[in-house]
Amino acid sequence: MATPVKVYGPAMSTAVSRVLACLLEKNVDFQLVPVNLSKGEQKKPDFRKIQPFSQVPAFEDEGICLFESRAICRYICEKYTDKGNKGLYGTNPVARASIDQWLEAEGQSFNPPSSVLVFQLAFAPRMKIKQDQVVIKQNEEKLSKVLGIYEKRLGETRFLAGDEFSLADLSHLPNTQYLVTTSGRGELFTSRKNVGRWWNEISSRDSWKKVVDMQNKGA
Amino acid sequence: MIIRVVTSNKVYNLRPSPSFVESESKSPFTIMAAIKVHGSPFSTATARVLATLYEKEVEFEFVPVDMRAGDHKNESFLSFNPFGQVPGFEHGDLKLFESRAITKYVANEYAEKGTELVFGDSKKKAIIGVWMEVEAHQFDPVATKLTWELAAKPAFSMGATDKAVVEENEAKLAKLLDVYECRLAESKYLGCESFTLVDLHHLPGIHYLMGTEIKKLFDSRPHVSAWIADITSRPAWSKVLAMQKQK
Repeated sequence: MATPVKVYGPAMSTAVSRVLACLLEKNVDFQLVPVNLSKGEQKKPDFRKIQPFSQVPAFEDEGICLFESRAICRYICEKYTDKGNKGLYGTNPVARASIDQWLEAEGQSFNPPSSVLVFQLAFAPRMKIKQDQVVIKQNEEKLSKVLGIYEKRLGETRFLAGDEFSLADLSHLPNTQYLVTTSGRGELFTSRKNVGRWWNEISSRDSWKKVVDMQNKGA
Repeated sequence: MIIRVVTSNKVYNLRPSPSFVESESKSPFTIMAAIKVHGSPFSTATARVLATLYEKEVEFEFVPVDMRAGDHKNESFLSFNPFGQVPGFEHGDLKLFESRAITKYVANEYAEKGTELVFGDSKKKAIIGVWMEVEAHQFDPVATKLTWELAAKPAFSMGATDKAVVEENEAKLAKLLDVYECRLAESKYLGCESFTLVDLHHLPGIHYLMGTEIKKLFDSRPHVSAWIADITSRPAWSKVLAMQKQK
């Protein structure tokens, strides 16, 4: 029987994997529909109807079409409140505000430099694109500053938004996975005591292990 | 008479409600938890929060942060925002940073007051959520770079405008505005048929860009242009601009 929830895009895409992690945390069944980025399938008119920016993921649930991975994650948490991890997006307004705060910090401060590094260090080599060492150095410095702030925060709380795992931590999984395992720059995280502890904890969650498994199988 | 009550996550300043004598209200006190915004009205992120508070008709205290003096990097401000960025926000005991987290909090906390900025309907809310991310991740980075090159650098004598950066980001913005043009042909506002946080979040960035050569990108797209004329004429936005003029 076809499930109503569809995610369009490859699991190896950081933004797609963010959505997959959320669905798995919430125990929501879904169907992953492949989109071949190297063949430009995301630029076709049919795909642009559900994602006008030609990016992955796109998402469908009971006739609602969505895009932007963090918006999709928030929707999943709000629609399926009572499924899976009930506290993923907070159970009261103050908890939710703190999660939103760190989700924004991820999107605005962590994501830009880490995305550039993921591209330069993990994807460019396999796409046979020349790496830009100046850009790598600049973004390592930016990311380092952000992780310095995280190190202090994670000395005060177990996870970013508080003492429970939340959407804010989940949102960091995709980029960090590549940086720690593929890029050769893992020590940015592992050399910091609190950040290292936090990474071990969030990346060993069953939901994330399943996503990594999907990525390794080329889903 | 004011009684100060401190709980685990809020500080309340209580004073007797003027209507107590006439009403049968069980509580003689009106609860007011103090809201404070720390920042600069010229900062797009601070302006986003101020606009929301004005739309929601919520009282607040504005605490100016002297960014030229680097006050946003000093120890006391870092307790509001460890990233050393404005704004910082307080609601009683609660402290928040990141303007888009603050605006959401205010819009939800005061859902019954002022302009309705968030909607309960899950489909509507989801689509509004999508366009909020578009503003945050597609519009804002490009708008920030263009404003820096075309407005801030000349105004503060911080070096020559980098034409390559302008060209690259102008092209990105043009593509983005083409998507907006299509969207606004089918929906009066970006998120839905009513003004919401999505549109509000764009105001500070649009305001600066409209004062540069980038204005032509907006003017040449009829639906985008009409949308801008509409949202920039809102009284709440005018109050934010008035704060800028005070400095």
